[in-house]
Amino acid sequence: MNSFLHVTLAAVLAMAATSASAAESGNPDRGATLATQGDGSGAPCTACHGADGAGNNAGGFPRLAGLDADYLFKQMVDMNAGKRTSPVMQPNIDNFDEQQLRDLAAYYAGMPVPKTSTATSVDASVMAMGSKLVNEGDWDNYVPPCSTCHGPGNHGVGHVFPAIAGQHPNYIRSQLQAWQNNQRNNDPNQLMTAIAERLSQEQIDAVAAYLGSQNATNP
Amino acid sequence: MTLKQTLSLLAGLIVASPVALAEPEVPVNLPKFKEGQYVHHAPTVEDLKNDDSINPELKKVILKGRDMFMNTQQFRGKYVFNDLNCKSCHLGEGRMNWSAPIWPAATTLPDYRGKNHHVNSLEERIAGCFSFSMNGKPPAYGSDDMLAMVAYHQWLAKGAPVYEKNIGGRGFSHLGREAPEKLDFERGKAVYQENCAICHGENGQGQRKDGEVVFPPLWGDGSYNWGAGMTRVFTAASFIKNNMPLGKPGSLSDEEAWQVANFINSHERPQDPRYTGDVKETREKYMNFHKYTNYGTVVNGTLLGDHDNTGTKPFLKPDVLRPRTFE
Repeated sequence: MNSFLHVTLAAVLAMAATSASAAESGNPDRGATLATQGDGSGAPCTACHGADGAGNNAGGFPRLAGLDADYLFKQMVDMNAGKRTSPVMQPNIDNFDEQQLRDLAAYYAGMPVPKTSTATSVDASVMAMGSKLVNEGDWDNYVPPCSTCHGPGNHGVGHVFPAIAGQHPNYIRSQLQAWQNNQRNNDPNQLMTAIAERLSQEQIDAVAAYLGSQNATNP
Repeated sequence: MTLKQTLSLLAGLIVASPVALAEPEVPVNLPKFKEGQYVHHAPTVEDLKNDDSINPELKKVILKGRDMFMNTQQFRGKYVFNDLNCKSCHLGEGRMNWSAPIWPAATTLPDYRGKNHHVNSLEERIAGCFSFSMNGKPPAYGSDDMLAMVAYHQWLAKGAPVYEKNIGGRGFSHLGREAPEKLDFERGKAVYQENCAICHGENGQGQRKDGEVVFPPLWGDGSYNWGAGMTRVFTAASFIKNNMPLGKPGSLSDEEAWQVANFINSHERPQDPRYTGDVKETREKYMNFHKYTNYGTVVNGTLLGDHDNTGTKPFLKPDVLRPRTFE
């Protein structure tokens, strides 16, 4: 009796767990369709982020391809909730429901990471400052190196810390400024706010240029 | 504090605050230095590169020591048997005040240490870190690797007065040794989940990426063993208060720091290398240390440290841990 109850209970729990994860995971094929169709009232994703999800530097549109699905999903939810202000992006996703956002996130997360990095024409001294900040930090101003949280090669860690190597400099700059200006308040525990607000404009430019020049993928 | 020190402290503050105009959302809240304390500004790698008075060969050795300090995992299975690097606890390259800066070991040793009841050298102090915090086996005394570590320590101490012990921001003890509140596992767990789990994981397991440790494990086989200074609740509490969450020093209340330190140190970890084969006996024998730990006490119905598990380290005690008598 007891063992029968255990087996039944285990089976029920297993079923519940399966259906829960099915509801939470996105469908990349549906996401692909949504990315070209848009949410009905704005531009489709592909208009700015490109068919390959690589984004572009000139517009400050981030690379999405290969970023973590949960991270992408959270960003869109946060934009719709006003925790991450983006007048350009938000009108294009505000009609998507939660499942559609998950589908989109799954689609972009599953795309191959473009091997390109974004070269910018900045002085060697700016690049040197960026390299030092990114790789060694500025502990005297309590700025740890980026990789402390964003991981080896700054290729991202888990659901929370996105890949930033090879990300477009104009996007990185705009986000660091968004944290400074209270336009972006969706970082867990204010971990990024703390760092961003300690950076000078000059340092932000340097970090953006350097990170943009790095490989988005492992060599 | 001399005028020169005061001026350099002020200069440091000015340089350190490029965006000082607006009130920061996440301030760096570190304790104030006490009147009369020596406050050191350890040199940077850039200083080293620009310092013509240092022989190029010595520069190489100092940088080797620094590399060992920053990436101690390169010696995994040789000197280190857990997932930590020296910099995991000594943040900011071992230079930073309030983050157990390592240079005072070079200016205050040889000295008597209560932990092992004899006079210790700088090498022996470093060996202690490898034996306990890194759950490992130290580089041999006098070896190239040990000399490189020593050189890094001593160079960081450049300009500091020898045998000056009243040092601002030294060690992890500014919250004192006695917990002011009643420590409660569940309360500590709540603080942990709210502030620490996002990086260190729900079960303290840390996070790895591409085979590298990014966020170190806080308990279990990958963490410091039961003989490490950090197992003392007061040490962990002061570390957490002034260093965690990373980038937000001083953001937790004193009470939160104590509670979460107690929670973290109420979990299993590799055996104390000084283990006699009996946890209660070991606790008694090293009571001057273990009166601050939960080792050999019962937490949630489990007697902590009652095992032979040495983690991935295939031995209990490195030979180097031995008494000195000077006779």
